Amino acid sequence: MAKYNVNLKINNIPITVEEGTTVLEAARKLNFRIPTLCQHPDLCVAGNCRVCVVEQKGAKTLVASCAMPVSEGMEIFTNSEKVRTARKHIIELLLSEHNTECTSCYKNGKCELQSLANEYLVNEKDFIKLVYDKKYTIDDFSPSIIKDDSKCIRCQRCVRTCTSMQYVSALAVAYKGEHQKISTFFEKPMNSVVCTNCGQCVNRCPTGALVEKNYIDQVWDAINDPEVHVVCQTAPAVRVGLGEDLGLTPGNRVTGKMVAALKRLGFDSVLDTDFTADLTILEEGTELLTRLKKALVEKDETIALPMMTSCSPGWIKFIEHKFSNLLPNLSTCKSPQQMFGALAKTFYAQKKGWRADKVVSVSIMPCTAKKYEANRPEMRDSGFKDVDYVLTTRELAMMIRQAGINFDELPEEKYDSIMGTSSGAAVIFGATGGVMEAALRTAYEIVTGREVPFKNLDIIPVRGFDGIKETTIKLENCKPEWGFLEGAELKCAIAHGLANANKLMSAVANGTVSYHFIEIMACPGGCLGGGGQPIPTNEEIRRKRMEAIYEEDANMPIRKSHENPEILQLYEEFLGKPNSHKAHELLHTHYTKRKRY
Amino acid sequence: MTDVNLIINEQIEKYGRERQALMPILQKIVADKNYITEDELALVAEALDLSAADVYGTATFYTFLDVVPRGKYVIRVCKTISCHMSGKDEIIKTLEKTLGIKLGETTPDRKFTLLQANCMGWCHKGPVMLINDEVYPELTPEKAIAIVQEYIAK
Repeated sequence: MAKYNVNLKINNIPITVEEGTTVLEAARKLNFRIPTLCQHPDLCVAGNCRVCVVEQKGAKTLVASCAMPVSEGMEIFTNSEKVRTARKHIIELLLSEHNTECTSCYKNGKCELQSLANEYLVNEKDFIKLVYDKKYTIDDFSPSIIKDDSKCIRCQRCVRTCTSMQYVSALAVAYKGEHQKISTFFEKPMNSVVCTNCGQCVNRCPTGALVEKNYIDQVWDAINDPEVHVVCQTAPAVRVGLGEDLGLTPGNRVTGKMVAALKRLGFDSVLDTDFTADLTILEEGTELLTRLKKALVEKDETIALPMMTSCSPGWIKFIEHKFSNLLPNLSTCKSPQQMFGALAKTFYAQKKGWRADKVVSVSIMPCTAKKYEANRPEMRDSGFKDVDYVLTTRELAMMIRQAGINFDELPEEKYDSIMGTSSGAAVIFGATGGVMEAALRTAYEIVTGREVPFKNLDIIPVRGFDGIKETTIKLENCKPEWGFLEGAELKCAIAHGLANANKLMSAVANGTVSYHFIEIMACPGGCLGGGGQPIPTNEEIRRKRMEAIYEEDANMPIRKSHENPEILQLYEEFLGKPNSHKAHELLHTHYTKRKRY
Repeated sequence: MTDVNLIINEQIEKYGRERQALMPILQKIVADKNYITEDELALVAEALDLSAADVYGTATFYTFLDVVPRGKYVIRVCKTISCHMSGKDEIIKTLEKTLGIKLGETTPDRKFTLLQANCMGWCHKGPVMLINDEVYPELTPEKAIAIVQEYIAK
């Protein structure tokens, strides 16, 4: 049905917009910025915080512009005396219940409430400060996320994120009135409930109520310790996000500058998670082909298909809680981060002649769930904690600022070797559909001896932000050893964001769909939209980061994981062949059934 | 099958498996068992395929859906202004003394819990208290003791 146009005036300027547009959106079109706290472009309208109130001519009370649709003839004032006074009082009231120890807050300088307080020149004396009389909980049990209720303004961005976007619902609104709080089930710590540590709530929290647990000081300590060798790895999506936190516009690829910065920070080896992303493709691709062979040729009914990717630790925790009967379907491959960690303290340490206990392994991730993953008890196959500290993109940006490095002026430098070379197939791990594309580029070639039949190796059907994507690849003229796959159609599906993952898993569990291979990423857009990426993250920014990732891929001299020379060297010198005994010991893992809440 | 599973299944038969069955289930559990335990709340969430945190949020929103252990008889003294002005503080003090517990507490034998509640609509006959579903208006300290003694004897 065609939409009607609606005419209204904002601050006496006429504008025509489509029906259904909110007053807030219409004002933005005229370049009037109205402050918001609970509103977020990724989330549904809430109207909780009230700072976006505006005056509507003829209306008795002020209206929340984020929740008010335009109507014909409406006259809106976004900055009248009445509006300014009300907004100031609203901010002051929010602050009266907010722990304003801003100077020692992790979000100091990045807090949306703080910047509004500054903008409106608030007076904290007009309202009684209630913070001191209330009992607040600070939950820092999780290795990923700290939840500090004394800083919560109950805007419920986190609840909407956790419920609608991620379908996890670890957080809900409990109690009412002055007792209202954002709570887990029975107010349990975040690390003992269904929370997947995806950090999407952290990425959206306007204050310091939900933040990542930072390990910046521990990493500085390691760097400053002359006894240890600090090895760092950088995830694919960090290089297309980091710039945003250091003054660059979204969509900038800063790989070379990032490497230069890491070297200047004092890391002994600056290596790439992309290397183990390539390794993942060989391990996971081989695992998939082996499963297909066992299922199709040996008619082994115990083989679980579709096989599902296991790179995303938020997704792993989700399936452990919610679809534990599908755990056998998960690839046993560790994530690239953990493969890297296991190799850093074995293969790499040996190569360098370092003692494994003198290696500190640090990873830079777009992700808060990676912090949890690194702490899983099964991630110690090197004999030590495989990854010692995980920093988010934001924490790395903080370290770069702390070190006084002018990021934009840095030269472009190259990763160290070995474990620093990667292919274009690895960098696209950072976007939804990327693991699938990388796997197909390799698996198709293993089976047929030919490149995937897509122009420039770009498997377009698996790209983009559709919630669930499907593609089918026909395997023809297979090599003799893969003859059993002749004419077979490899059915693949991809989901990103856990709400989409939930839909797809429900369909798999009900048997209404049948696939061979499924890629799931916990975060919307994949890792590029990860919970540890710069704030803000939204659809527009995710799209720019995605374009940057595919640009990075297109510019790589090697585009296929199995052609990465360092991977071939690793197998030759250390692992033997994909899925070998040694590979299984170091690079594969198992999963745990968990409670539904 | 535990009691609570019976309650859940009965209510689901009546009200279905959709979200609207949540309140009748929670109300029935509280009616039968005085309060809802953590395990029971998790079972309710699972039965309706709802998030446990969400179900906890719903239960804690309503004052009468208790999620902490309560006595067999829950005494709720109205704390709103009319009852306040007609002497609810004295009633509470008397009850605390008679039962040997403070406001918000439950007797060790799990027989009584003493709480305050918002307006019950008996402003014209305050102070007023509720013992489970029974209303006792126009209280005096003596009257309150006599009423509680009856329950102690039960």
